[in-house]
Amino acid sequence: MKYITLFIIIFVLWLLITFNLETPNLIVGALVALLTSLVFGKSFLKDSKKFFQLQRYFWIIIYLVIFIWECIKANLDVAYRVLSPSMPIKPGIVKVKTALKTDIGKTFLANSITMTPGTITVDIIDDEFYIHWIFVSSKEPEQYTNKILGRFEKYIKRIFE
Amino acid sequence: MSDTISLIFIIIGVVFDLFGCIGLIRLPDVYNRLQSATKSVTLGTCSILFGIFIKYGFSAIGMKALIAIPLLFFASTVAAHALIRGSYKSGIKLWDKSVIDDYKDVQK
Repeated sequence: MKYITLFIIIFVLWLLITFNLETPNLIVGALVALLTSLVFGKSFLKDSKKFFQLQRYFWIIIYLVIFIWECIKANLDVAYRVLSPSMPIKPGIVKVKTALKTDIGKTFLANSITMTPGTITVDIIDDEFYIHWIFVSSKEPEQYTNKILGRFEKYIKRIFE
Repeated sequence: MSDTISLIFIIIGVVFDLFGCIGLIRLPDVYNRLQSATKSVTLGTCSILFGIFIKYGFSAIGMKALIAIPLLFFASTVAAHALIRGSYKSGIKLWDKSVIDDYKDVQK
């Protein structure tokens, strides 16, 4: 089942990239997709049923909108820090705990944290994220956990778990 | 009309790329430089690619630009993560005005 799902995804991606519906192109695409899905199918998602649950796509769209908005806002914030003459930065590495269980959920949360400027995920050990933060605004773990993770965690939970 | 919109996106992208480069020069240490080098630049480049997508629409060029956005996104986040972890593991110190370092404890 998960081999077929992966095959379909790769094949559609191939069609979009080449943007060409002639027969030779389709055959080459199918061969490449078959080969790739045979090699990498083992390490694909454990539970490919989730691909066919439509409410997850709804949450992905909402998540993308929020994510892009946060990304732009935070980029402006970093631009301000970089450009202002006194350079108001206060860097440090903080530890936050996440409630997510699955590997894919943690991966996406880590990537989202890395993409919002000001924070980079340094390491994940079990359910603890180590995050380099350009402006550590408070010393209280609850406050900064909420500040870093709170925006994304609940949506990622709905999408991947 | 779509030319104007795509031009606006491309200009925003170039400006963010510029901010990223300024940050790369001004910020004090590896970790802070990675912050601006990977992220402002990623958002800027994604914005340029989106501008190209708007200009060319659903054609061969436009679709390639649109697909490059998620690829660039994942590549740059994973690269940033690998670089920052690698520099910590190989013993590069944090900036001396850093306020907190929780990661130190798990290194032993």
